[in-house]
This record gives sequence, C-alpha cells and structure tokens, in this order.
Amino acid sequence: MASCKYSWPAANERHLIGKRISRIDGPAKSSGRAKYTLDINLPGMLFVRSLGSPYAHAKIASIDTSEAEKMPRVKGIQLMKRAGDEVQWAGDQVAAVAAETEEAAEDATRKIKVEYQELPFLVNEADLNHAKTAGRTRIATQEKVGDPDKAFADSDAVVHEGYYGIPVIVHCCLEPHGHVLQWTGPQNLRCYSSTQSVSTLPSVFAEAMNIPANNVEVISHYMGGGFGSKFSMDLWGSAGAQLAKQTGRPVKYLLQRAEEMEVAGCRPSGFARIRAAAQKDGTLTAWESDCWGTGGPSPSGVLPIPYVLTNIPNRVRNHTFVMTNIGPARAWRAPNHPQACLLTMSALDDLADKLKMDPLQFFMKNADLAPENLGKVYREELQKAAELAEWSKYWHPRGDKTPGHLKRGLGLSIHTWGGRGHVSNCQVTIEADGSVTCELGSQDLGTGTRTVIAIVAAETLGLPVDAVKVKIGDSRYPYDGSSGGSTTVGGVSPSTRRAAVDARDQLFAAVAPGLGVSAGQLEAVGGRIQVQGDASKSLTWKQACRKLGARKVQAVGKNPGECMLGSSGVGGAQIADVTVDTETGVVKINRMVAAQDCGLIIDMKTAESQVYGALIMGVGYSLFEEKVMDPLTGRMLNPNMEYYKFAGIGDVGELVVHMMTGPGYDERGVIGLGEPPVISPGAAISNAVANAIGVRVPSLPLTPERVLAALEQKGEMA
Amino acid sequence: MQPFEYASPTSRSEAVRLLSPRWGETEALAGGTDLLGLMKDYVCTPKRVVSLKRIADLRGIHLVPGKELRVGAMTTYRELTENESVRRHFPVLIQAIERIRSEQLRNMGSIGGGMLQRPRDWYFRLGYGLLPEKDGQAMIANGDNRYAAIFGNSGSASWVSPSTIAPALIALGARAALYGPRGLRVIDLDRLFTTPAQPGEREHTLRPNEILTEIIVPHREGIRSAVYEVRQKEASDYPLVLAAVTLELRGRSIRSARVILGQVAPVPWPSHEAESALVGKTLNEETAEAAGEAAVTHATPLSMNRYKVQLTRVAVKRAILEAA
Repeated sequence: MASCKYSWPAANERHLIGKRISRIDGPAKSSGRAKYTLDINLPGMLFVRSLGSPYAHAKIASIDTSEAEKMPRVKGIQLMKRAGDEVQWAGDQVAAVAAETEEAAEDATRKIKVEYQELPFLVNEADLNHAKTAGRTRIATQEKVGDPDKAFADSDAVVHEGYYGIPVIVHCCLEPHGHVLQWTGPQNLRCYSSTQSVSTLPSVFAEAMNIPANNVEVISHYMGGGFGSKFSMDLWGSAGAQLAKQTGRPVKYLLQRAEEMEVAGCRPSGFARIRAAAQKDGTLTAWESDCWGTGGPSPSGVLPIPYVLTNIPNRVRNHTFVMTNIGPARAWRAPNHPQACLLTMSALDDLADKLKMDPLQFFMKNADLAPENLGKVYREELQKAAELAEWSKYWHPRGDKTPGHLKRGLGLSIHTWGGRGHVSNCQVTIEADGSVTCELGSQDLGTGTRTVIAIVAAETLGLPVDAVKVKIGDSRYPYDGSSGGSTTVGGVSPSTRRAAVDARDQLFAAVAPGLGVSAGQLEAVGGRIQVQGDASKSLTWKQACRKLGARKVQAVGKNPGECMLGSSGVGGAQIADVTVDTETGVVKINRMVAAQDCGLIIDMKTAESQVYGALIMGVGYSLFEEKVMDPLTGRMLNPNMEYYKFAGIGDVGELVVHMMTGPGYDERGVIGLGEPPVISPGAAISNAVANAIGVRVPSLPLTPERVLAALEQKGEMA
Repeated sequence: MQPFEYASPTSRSEAVRLLSPRWGETEALAGGTDLLGLMKDYVCTPKRVVSLKRIADLRGIHLVPGKELRVGAMTTYRELTENESVRRHFPVLIQAIERIRSEQLRNMGSIGGGMLQRPRDWYFRLGYGLLPEKDGQAMIANGDNRYAAIFGNSGSASWVSPSTIAPALIALGARAALYGPRGLRVIDLDRLFTTPAQPGEREHTLRPNEILTEIIVPHREGIRSAVYEVRQKEASDYPLVLAAVTLELRGRSIRSARVILGQVAPVPWPSHEAESALVGKTLNEETAEAAGEAAVTHATPLSMNRYKVQLTRVAVKRAILEAA
C-alpha cells in the first residue's frame, strides 16, 4: 500500500496512529473553558421558551397571544403553528416567547390561549390489532427469496417460532437541542448551534430567513452529543432566528429537558413474530418474519431482518408501519440496526437452544451468511469475545442450575455497519513560525474528531500532537460532511492526510535546495526534516519552517480522493454476562465484552471510548429505557431523568473492549466506529438473561416486571 | 416559575406567622431538593416561600442513651450519616439514608423535608393533582400504574408515599414534633401521613401553618432492624418496593415486630399481617418467608403493577433475614 503518495504509513512507521492518545480538548472540557452552545451568553441576549400542545393529536382552532404580550419583560412572540394546523404529538410546539429572563419567558407561555379540537390518538403500538382497528397501519411490500414454505416444511428442519419487541426510546442528549442566534447585520445571521452539521446548516437557515447562505455563520465548537437527532435547524431554529430579528437582540433557544424528550426525536420501535429453521447440524435454512413498529406519524424504515445473516437461502419478510402520536422519529445511533439485531439475534439464539447447540458454535457455523465476506471477521471476533468473556468457563445450556435465586448467564450477538467516510475538505497551513493549522467545517460531537485530525496531521508532519492546531466547528472553514452514519473519522482522516502530505511536500521543496538534495529525498520525522537515511543532514521543524519567510505553505486535501485511505463495512461481536435475581426479576450486568473492527484505527483511546460509551448506552436501553406514553392523555409520562431511567456507573458492570487490528484490518483503511458497538447490547443482554433463567423475556427493556412475568409463564417463579 | 415572595425568618414563631392557614398560598422551604422543581414545573405556585434555613434550633442531633434520639428537622442526611451516635445506635437509619444514591440529595436533603416531600407520581408531577382524574375516571387506576400503590389504592390517590426513610423511622417507633400557632404537638410519625380523599387535602396531616421541627426516635438496646429495598438500578433512583423491619428477640424467638412497607401505598404501610406472622415464632428463613407471604395477603394490585406484590413478598423476607 506504500506505492501511493498518500497511503497510510506502514505499521512500523506509525508513531502516533493507532496509539492511545488522550483527547486534545480534554483539559478545556474538564476545566469548563470549552464553551458549548448552552454556555454561550451574549450581551442583551433574550431567553426563549416554548408552549407545547397538551394533546397528542388535535386541531388548533385559535391562538391568542394578547395577554402574553403584555407580560413584563416579554420582548417577542413567534407562532410555530397557525389556526387550522394539526399537532401530531403532545409537546409539539405552538408558540415561542422571548423575554429578558427564563422565568418571564416561561410564565408568558402560560398566558397564551390556545383552543384545540381534540382528535383521536394512538400511542401504543405493541398491540397491532388495535392499531389496525384504528386505521393507523400501512403494509410495506413483502420481500421474498427462495421457497420458505418448502424449507419450513422439510422434515429435517428444526423450527423455532417466537415473538420479540423493542420499544420506542429517546436520545436525551446531555446537551439539549437548540441555538443561540444573533443577527450581526440586517442580512447576516450568526448561529451558535448544537449541531451534527456545521457545514450544511447555513443553507437551511438561509432559505428559512431568505438571505444568502454565505451570510450565515454556524458555530459549534463543542457539543454535548447528538446521536443522530441534531442534523436540522428545526422549528426552534427558525422561530429563534425570527425572534432575534423581531426583537433586534440575540436569543438563546435551547430546549428544556422535558421538551427535549417529548419532541426532539424517537428511536422507532420494532415488534415481530418470527419463524426460523435450521438443519439438525445448525445450518440455517429459512426465515419468516411479520414485523411492525412505529416512528411517529409517518412510516419509518423497514427493519432489515434477518439481520447480519442476510443470506439465509429461503426467507420472507413482511413489515407493517404503525402511525402513532408518540412523537417524531429521528435517526438514533445506527438507525434500524439495534431493533433488527434484537429481533434477529434473539430468535436465532432461541433456535440454537432448540437445536441444543452452543450459540457460539451456531453463529460461527452460519457466519458466512453475512454479506461482504465478513464471515472471517465474525469468526475472529466471536473467538476473541468468547476468550475475553471466558465463554468456555461460564456458558451453560439454558437455565443456570445453581441452587438459589441468583442465576448467571452469557449471551452473544453480532452486528454490522457501513461507515464509509463522508465528503471532507481539510486545509492545512504551515507558517514560518512552525505553526500547523488544520481547518475543516466539521464538528466534534464528543467523539474525538478534533483529536483524530491532530493525530493524522502530526503523524504526517513528524510532529507531536500538540504542535497541530485544529480548527473545526465553524461554517467559515472548508466544507465538511455532517457527522452521521459513522462517517466523520473516515472522512476527515483521509482529507487531512492528503492535505498534510501536500503541505509537507511543499515544505520539502522549500528546504531541499539548502540541504543540497531533492525534495523527494526528504522525510519528516521526530520533529525534524531530514534526508532519508542520513539524519546528519537535517533541520529542526522550526528551522525548516523559518525558511518559508513571508510565504506560508497551504494545501487542501479532499475526501474522496486519490489513494485508498478508507473503506466500509465492519462487523463486531459482543458477549453479555449477567446475573438475574429470580425472586425480584432484577438483572445485573457482570461484564460486557466487545470485539470490534473499524479498519485502521487512528486513536486507540478515543476508539475504545466510543465502544465503552456504546456499551453504557446499550445497557441503558436494554435494561431501563422506554418512552412511556399515557394511554389516557397520549402524553409522555416520563419526560425527565427520574422515570426515564438511565444506566449509572454502578449498573454497567465491567466493560471489556478489544479493537481488532493488524493484518486483515489495518489495510482496509479508516472506517467509522460511532454506531456499530451500540447495536448488539440489546440482543446480547437479552440472550444472556435467557441463558441465565431458561426462558426468553421477549421485550426490552428487561425490567423486573417483564422478567417476573416470563418466569411466571414458564412456571418457575420462586 | 411564578414570581413569589421569599421570607427567611430566624425563629419558629416568626416562620409560623409567615405561613398561610390555607394550603397553596405559602410553602415552607427546607433543603429545596423537591420544592424548587415543583415550582419550576408550576405544580406548586406559592405566593410566598418561607425558608427554614436560618432557624437555628431546627438543626442538631441529640442522643439520650436508653431514652431517645432527637433530630432537628433541618438536619441533613449527610449530618446524620456522619454522626457517630446515629451510626452506632441506629444502623438501620444509616442503611436507609446511604441507599439514597445521590450525593447531592444526601448533602442538601433534610430529614424533615424528606418526610414531607411530595409524591413522585407522574400524573401529579404533570399537574393533574393529588387526585388525578380525567372524565371522571381515576387516572392512575385506568392509566399507566406500573409504579403505583398495591395497598390502600381504592381512591384516586393511588400513588405511593415517596420517602425511603420514613418506613425505617416508623418501624423504630419515631414521633414527629409539629409547631404551629397553637404551639407544639407531638404525634406518632405514622400519623403524619394520610391519604387525601377530597380536593384541597394533602398527603400529610401537618397543617398549612405548621412546621415539622423534630423527629424523636426511641432508643432501646437490643432491637434488630433492617431495611431492604428492591431497586432496578444502582444509580440514583427510587426503589420499586422497600420493607423496614424491627425485631425484638428473646433467644431466637420473636417477641415483637414492626414491618413497615414503602413504595406500595399512599402512606408508609404498616403490615400487621406480617407482624402477626412473626410474633412468637422462631426467627428463621421459613418464618421470614411466611411473613412475606402474609404481608401481601390483602394486596390489591392495579392493572400493571402485580409484580410489586412479588417484590413486597421478597422485600419483607429479606429485610427480616437481614435484621436477624
């Protein structure tokens, strides 16, 4: 791979790439110097609060803001709905008030009089027949391959049939959605936005405000998570910009926690009746699924099941969309995958049990049903995960036979994701003082993007990481892709590499004559520019840069571009180790093991962090999280962090992360990592619970209530 | 948050004068960990907030060995857990407090405020009141009642009493000192809690212009006690069910017992059935299990919370075994 100009350095030439390097913005974040959108306070700034609908489905008859306008300290009101509009979920915003204090804004929203005509709502989709009766379903096209009927009828086939479910959950980003908006001129808007999309947001604001896109600046230096829910300007962006214009003052419009949880995005649910068949030796032969789920008022994606092992020779899939008033669907870290994974891997684990087969052997055997030749990757990852989870020591056939009420079990799951790098442009500048700056209109959601860019540039220029200044999070920098679909590191690493190589070569050209060699004979290593193979002929980095004089070296690198620096398609295997109290139904995680590939790893530490975070998030949605909707009012009952339960540090157990590296992995170039590790925890934990207690708890989250119900159905409740 | 007047009196008589004789007009502020949230959510909209922080004699921990422990209502949980006499003589209180898995709550929350915190019920917190009803229907019974009461739940107020400390205190025989315009009255702590049946009633028998000044806990040597919480999470969260138990033994035989359940009824729920199942019996696993079974004999679970019956059974059994 060294034949191409921009190729990644060979393993023995990597000084920084692949090492454990702490994030460069860690001190700024932990000391509070890093300013998030929520921290932005501008002189004269107003605070915005919104009024949401108390009804899950209603038509607005009238809106009267006259009393609110007269409230003290109120400076502006914007309607987000008009008479005649329908609200499709409780909390859907109707109007926004800008006032001099948060309290005054909030108080004024309560003086807005809205008349609603209530309409029938549906917030519970688990009962498909109920949804059908309510006329809230739409059937997607059936997908069929081979002859499933015949395969299921085969006398040699072992068939399992089951029901599984995974509920609607929310993102609950640590930093809420929103913007601080400031008009810097009659036609010029500055947006401090908590966004996954710094480079594309200006055109969205521009269109809404009818101004040229180059007059809009979007800034997001630091961000408290998005998970797929923060690509858009949103209603609160346009209303906020209008309020700033109307009042002539900057406004801060960040959602309140309850609002965030009610209106800023749902992960669609998935429920399925599944039949799966295998030959007695475990070879999968047939799949049939009737699946349904909701992503709010519009149809959401068809869940890709059977998941990972997609090439089961005979398969048929039906999907029914359920349209509900639970709130709007938004991409949630690996859209559709955690649902598809839970449904598929639970059913296959149950089939393995029926076959009296160790699921590790079962998945090893069937791994080649995965596309893109990932079979080998899965076998290696399953092997590694099994070793780290001590599978041979702790796995047992279903139902821990140890006396007493504490039952231990192991469960596994595999997953996949694309993760090809997005469009990226990186401008690298080297100046005579030795400074190196990388500029990209990218953003760091908290994942380590900033650090990865610095590592790639520093590695290329033979410098320490802290010699590189990374400027991102501002739309004035070169255009970069949105951070979604695990595309960022795979996008910014190649563009930075290409820019840094070109800038380095320009610097070589500037200093080569002085060293009496040609530029091609130079290398940048250890903070020096030196003649390859002759370290005696060298300059320090600073000496070399000084030769630039008043010139500066500047290069723009693009992705996609020349030389293969990244690709797509990862696997991943996880094993959960749990203990279940069969008297209380409480599930405790002992250990979560993840073996994950993502091609060439730039920063081992932030890569591992991504996986740790995904495991924590995964434990949360497996055991605790659920958007609880009230059957009586259609409102979310738990729009807070008390009843919308999250895993705390005492709930996640020991987390073991192993990143797959070396031959077979590194040469695939850089691939994204954000999403894949969050896909498997649901299935792995559900399978571990089934292994512990000997019965499937069909739906997440695995609450005491559900665990006890499953035990009771099995007739084994203590 | 609606604008309000803030008063910070330095004496209990001044505080009482600043409190209205009608609920809703004024609120007393202790640690603030509950009231401020309720005000931000417009669930409580007092015209005046009366802070009790500057009233010096509402703080302090005094033990008269063999007689009683007196704890000022404004004493924080942290002060209690750091007190050597409490640690030595009332381990069950320490156990209960340390299960409040929030450092912030233990630092700021007061023992008095803890007794008087409002229900965590989601209908109440969304503003539907203590007797949540929609179209004449009780919302909890007909809505999502997964965390609701399984005892004393025939009315609309079928949420659960939130304090995780009150059951242990009641099991220890604690009393509460209340100060009002007519002076001081001392009641058994369990009498502080009530189930509202009419609009305008609260879940405490404290009068609107009274303040809770002190918790008095009898001190007797040789009492065995424990609290067992069934928690879904280790991180900050209310338990699903808890049982507090005190036992007086003669040898291995149980002379007397108190079993108080938490998170199962609109008030801390004394289980006389469990107590009867214990007295005169030998303290062992079988007895504990029978007491757990007895505790749920008269449970009346709602549509979604039958699992709490099983959790109660287990909590009682485990609390007894832990006390043993």
